[in-house]
Amino acid sequence: MQEKTVRHLMNPLDFTVEELDKLFDLADDIERDPAKYSKVCEGKKLATCFYEPSTRTRLSFEAAMLNLGGEVLGFSEASSSSASKGESVSDTIRVVSCYADICAMRHPKEGAAYVAASKSRIPVINAGDGGHQHPTQTLTDLLTIRSLKGSLSGFTIGLCGDLKFGRTVHSLINALSRYNDIEFVFISPEELRVPDYITDMLDSKGISYSEVISLEDVIGKLDILYMTRVQRERFFNEEDYVRLKDFYILTKDKMDKAGKDMLVLHPLPRVNEISVEIDDDPRAAYFKQAQYGVYVRMALILTLLGIEV
Amino acid sequence: MLNVGKIEEGFVLDHIKAGQSLSIYHHLQLDKLDHTVAIIKNAKSEKMGKKDILKVECDIEELNLDVLAVIDKNITVNVIKDGEIVDKKELTLPKEIKHIFKCKNPRCITSIEQELPHIFFLADEDEGVYRCRYCEEKFDKRRLVQ
Repeated sequence: MQEKTVRHLMNPLDFTVEELDKLFDLADDIERDPAKYSKVCEGKKLATCFYEPSTRTRLSFEAAMLNLGGEVLGFSEASSSSASKGESVSDTIRVVSCYADICAMRHPKEGAAYVAASKSRIPVINAGDGGHQHPTQTLTDLLTIRSLKGSLSGFTIGLCGDLKFGRTVHSLINALSRYNDIEFVFISPEELRVPDYITDMLDSKGISYSEVISLEDVIGKLDILYMTRVQRERFFNEEDYVRLKDFYILTKDKMDKAGKDMLVLHPLPRVNEISVEIDDDPRAAYFKQAQYGVYVRMALILTLLGIEV
Repeated sequence: MLNVGKIEEGFVLDHIKAGQSLSIYHHLQLDKLDHTVAIIKNAKSEKMGKKDILKVECDIEELNLDVLAVIDKNITVNVIKDGEIVDKKELTLPKEIKHIFKCKNPRCITSIEQELPHIFFLADEDEGVYRCRYCEEKFDKRRLVQ
């Protein structure tokens, strides 16, 4: 008997645009009628293998599986797993394959989820591998934009903050570059500019973009503003971090210059780059984004398990 | 002039950039095999001025020459059988390179899991760019001539 092919998610580009449309349609239906999906994963188990702490992503995966009527098991840091005894990712996933039906893995090393997927009998979802990929964050961003803007084409998106080290930003640009009529505005200090390989990719596809330093100068023309946090752990030099961490703070004054339909997104957690006074502004969509993260993970679990409702 | 005898079966790698033969010797892992190898450095060349040549006496099925295209596509590979050139191999970039180069990215999973095979895939054929199968870090070709 031929073994069933197991599908994994390592990179947001693993899915074609058509497959993503189907996934987002499913997420939309889940949002409309969550009760319809509340028992579809009964008897199924999600293993959350988190080798480094990540409250938000782990809870989002767990909430997604629980919402589907499934169960959850796992560990939330390497010290509470057999990795602390020196077990390899390959061995861990072979064992986890015996206990669960699907696995979400976060690991500080790049490519760890790929290693797991290559040895796994169950679908593996990359829940973040170091600074490399975090595909479910990108799926969350895309679903949020599609749901709140109605389409993934025909808008101007400003990405602001750390565009050099921010993997969510790189991943989102790559994913959006497959859609039509999108203009990118990269807003960052000189030291945190978007890497050349991203702008080379946009050039090769003939996609228009601009790079600016001042947020105020461009905020008025944006349909979406994607804010990011300057991450301390990416800097080797504390002095550089301190100098750059407060470079952009989105305040009410700046929001007054923005269009009335502009969406503000943020992968969270935020530190101080979005002032809390913005939270009640109807254009602030970052907490809704967290909710869409649950819907898209629910749709993803169903898709990878091959469950049709 | 120095004379190096003919080989009966194996390869003559010609038109190697002067100074690169030792690097190729290591990348082909000839140091791990029990073959007769002649390394000729700084031979006179009309085309190149100076060049290196490698002669390897071995079963022609035995040696994997994929890596040569990554180092320099202009190297000429003469296949020798019964003391004669029977073929000139055209070098093409392999889709995947396994067990030859190590990923140097300290954040790559291969940096902590020693048993994993080091694999690079051809990410851009036109530019000859290889990336690590795990972390997708670009392979720095400058390492090849070190």
